[in-house]
Amino acid sequence: MVRLKDLPAEDLFTSGHRLCAGCGAGIIARMTMKALRGPTIVVNATGCLEVASTIYPYTAWKVSWVHVAFENAASVAAGIEAAYKAMMRRNAWDKKVDIIAFGGDGGTFDIGLQALSGALERGHDFLYICYDNEAYMNTGIQRSGATPHGAATTTSPAGTKIPGKPEFKKDLIGICAAHGIEYAATASPAYWNDYITKVRKALEVDGPAVIHVFSPCPVGMRFDSAKSIEVARLAVQTRYWPVYEVEKGKYKLNIKVPKPKPVTEFLKVQGRFRHLFQPQFKHVIDEIQQYVDENWKRITELCGEA
Amino acid sequence: MSKVLGLTGDGAVAYAVKQCNVDVVAAYPITPQTLIVEEFSEYVHNGEVHTEFVCVESEHSAMSACIGASLTGARVFTATASQGLALMHEMLYIASTLRCPIVMGVVNRTLSAPINIHCDHSDMMGSRDCGWIQVFVENAQEAYDWVIQAFRIAEDPDVLLPVAVNLDGFILSHSLEGVRVLDDEEAEKFVSTRKPVLTIDPDKPITVGAICFTDFYFETKRQHVDAMDNSPKTISKVNDEFAELTGRRYGFIDTYEMEDAEAAIICLGSTAGTAMAVAKSMRAKGKKVGVIKPWVYRPFPTEQIIKAVENLKALAVLDRACSVGAPYGPLCSDVIAALYREGIKLNLFNVIYGLGGRDIRPTDIEAIFNEALEVAKTGVIKEPLKFVGVRE
Repeated sequence: MVRLKDLPAEDLFTSGHRLCAGCGAGIIARMTMKALRGPTIVVNATGCLEVASTIYPYTAWKVSWVHVAFENAASVAAGIEAAYKAMMRRNAWDKKVDIIAFGGDGGTFDIGLQALSGALERGHDFLYICYDNEAYMNTGIQRSGATPHGAATTTSPAGTKIPGKPEFKKDLIGICAAHGIEYAATASPAYWNDYITKVRKALEVDGPAVIHVFSPCPVGMRFDSAKSIEVARLAVQTRYWPVYEVEKGKYKLNIKVPKPKPVTEFLKVQGRFRHLFQPQFKHVIDEIQQYVDENWKRITELCGEA
Repeated sequence: MSKVLGLTGDGAVAYAVKQCNVDVVAAYPITPQTLIVEEFSEYVHNGEVHTEFVCVESEHSAMSACIGASLTGARVFTATASQGLALMHEMLYIASTLRCPIVMGVVNRTLSAPINIHCDHSDMMGSRDCGWIQVFVENAQEAYDWVIQAFRIAEDPDVLLPVAVNLDGFILSHSLEGVRVLDDEEAEKFVSTRKPVLTIDPDKPITVGAICFTDFYFETKRQHVDAMDNSPKTISKVNDEFAELTGRRYGFIDTYEMEDAEAAIICLGSTAGTAMAVAKSMRAKGKKVGVIKPWVYRPFPTEQIIKAVENLKALAVLDRACSVGAPYGPLCSDVIAALYREGIKLNLFNVIYGLGGRDIRPTDIEAIFNEALEVAKTGVIKEPLKFVGVRE
C-alpha cells in the first residue's frame, strides 16, 4: 500500500479548475496524477471533469490531455496507443507512454460502453477510469445506467407515483471483467491509498485495466460540499460500494466491512434520497438495503470471503 | 520503373495505402468498402507494412481512434461508406477542426432507408460541410493517384486538414482495371513520413480539445475556413510534383472538349467517364458538347469552373444525391452559387440520377446532352430540376 510521503509533491492536476467545491472528480484526478510512473497522456470524455478543467485558453493539466467527444474516450485512447506502437516500429518513437482515459458514468455505463468494450476486447494497453457520480451531473443531473434505485434525478424525479429511478445500477466491473482483462477494480476517494495503489497497479498491467471509482457530487447528490469524503466513506461502510479488485479473473475484497452501517446512513445524508423517507416509500429503502445485501453477498462470494 | 497491376478500385486504394508509410489504420468493415480493409489486412498479416491496424467495433470508434492516433503525429488512414460515414458524422467535424490530417477512402453508397448497398453520393453529400477536403475520382487509377497525393496535401503544414477520397461503390470499388502503380521506393520518396507540427508528446504537454465558448469558438472555426481557403496552393503544388513523377496531371477539375462546347455536363465520379465517351461519339456527329469533372469538390473549384464555362451556352448539372426540399441537388447549388458570385448568368438545369445504384446509361446521357443543346439554342429551360432514370 502506498504511503503519503511516497507521493510526489507536485500536482499535475492543478488548482484553478472550475469544478464545484467538494467535487469528487477533481479529487480523483489529482490523486490519479500523483500515481503516475512516467510519460502520460490523459484522454477525457466529455463531462464535468472535461468542461471544468480546460476552459480555453486555460488548462488545469500539466500532462498532455485530449478531449474528443463524449462516447469515445476508450477509442481515442486506443488510437493513441496504436500510434505509438507503430511509430516505435519505424523508430520514430522510443519511450513507453501511459495512457489514462477518464469518463464519467454517462460516458462509460451508457453512451461510451460500446467503445470501452471494443477497446478492452482488442487489448489496448491503457487504463480507463470511470469516475461515477451516478447521474449526468454535467448536463443537470439526469439519470444514467449508473444511477441507483430510488435516487431522484431531473429525469427520474421524486414523483408522487414513481419515487425516483425504478431501475438498479449496472455491474460495470462485472461487464469489464467479463472481457478477460488483467485488472479491474472499484475504489473510493475516501480510501486514497487504496485508490492510488490501484492506479499504480493498473498502469503496470500490459493491456487494458479499468478502475471504477465512486465520485461524490455535492450538487447532484445534494449534500454539503464539506462532506464529500464522508459520503464516499459511508458508501463503503454501508457496503453500498464494495471495494474490490479482479486480478487475472480472481476477485479480492480490499476493504472489509465486518460491521456495516445500515444503508439509510448513506441515504439520509443525500437530498437525492430524501423523498424515500416518507412513509409511503419505505419499501424503496427496503429494496435498496436488500440490493446492497445481495450485491455484497455476491461480491464477497466471488472474493471467497463469504 | 512503374508497372501496371490489375486492381479493383478498393484494391487500388489499399495498394496506395500500403506504399504510404501509414502508421495507423483504424477501420470497420462496410460494403462496398470491405475490399480495402480485407486487402490491407493481408499486407499487415504478411508483414509488408509496419502499420498498426485497429479493427474497431464501429465507424464512430474508427474515426475516434484515427483522431487520437493523428494527434500523436502519426500518419493515419481509414475507409468507410454510407451508414459508416453517417455514423462517423460527429467525429468528422472534430477531426477537421482539431486539424488532424487523416486520409479516408469513402466508397460512395447510398443511405438507408430502404437499405441498399449500391452507389450514389448521398453519404458524402450528407457530410459535405464537415470541413474536410473532398475529392471524387472517375476510375481506379485516379483512386490510387489521389490517395497518394492526399497524404501530402493533408499533412502539409499550410493545410493540416483531413482528406476524403471518394470512389463510386461497386462501379469502381469492385471493378478490375489496369492501374499503373509507382515502385515502392518512388512512392516512399514522394510521400516520405509525416512531419507533424504540434503533437501530444507527453514530454511537451499540451491540451487539445478544450471547451471554447462564445469568446473563442468562432475564431477557431474561422481558422478552419482559412486553412481550407489556403489549401489550393498546396493541392496544386502536390499535383505538379505528382505530374512530374508520373506524367499523370491532376488539378481541381478535369475537362473534356470544353474549348468550343455549346452545351456541357458537369458531374462527379465515374459518370464523368460515361459522359466523356458519349460526348466523344456526339462530337463525331458534329454536336458541340463537353464535360466538366470536378476532382476536388471541397474546396469548391469556383475559379476553374468559371473558366471552363466561359464560352458555354447551357450546362446540365448531374447530381447523384438529392437534397430533399431544396431547390437543387448539392452540386448544382454549389455551381449556381459559384456562378452567381462571379455575376455569370448561365442557362442550366439540374438532373438527379442514379440513386441507390440505378444505372445511368449512355442513352440517358445523350438525351441530357441533347436537352442541354436545346437549351443552348432556345434559351428556354423547361425543367430546372429533373429526375432521370426513375419510374414516375
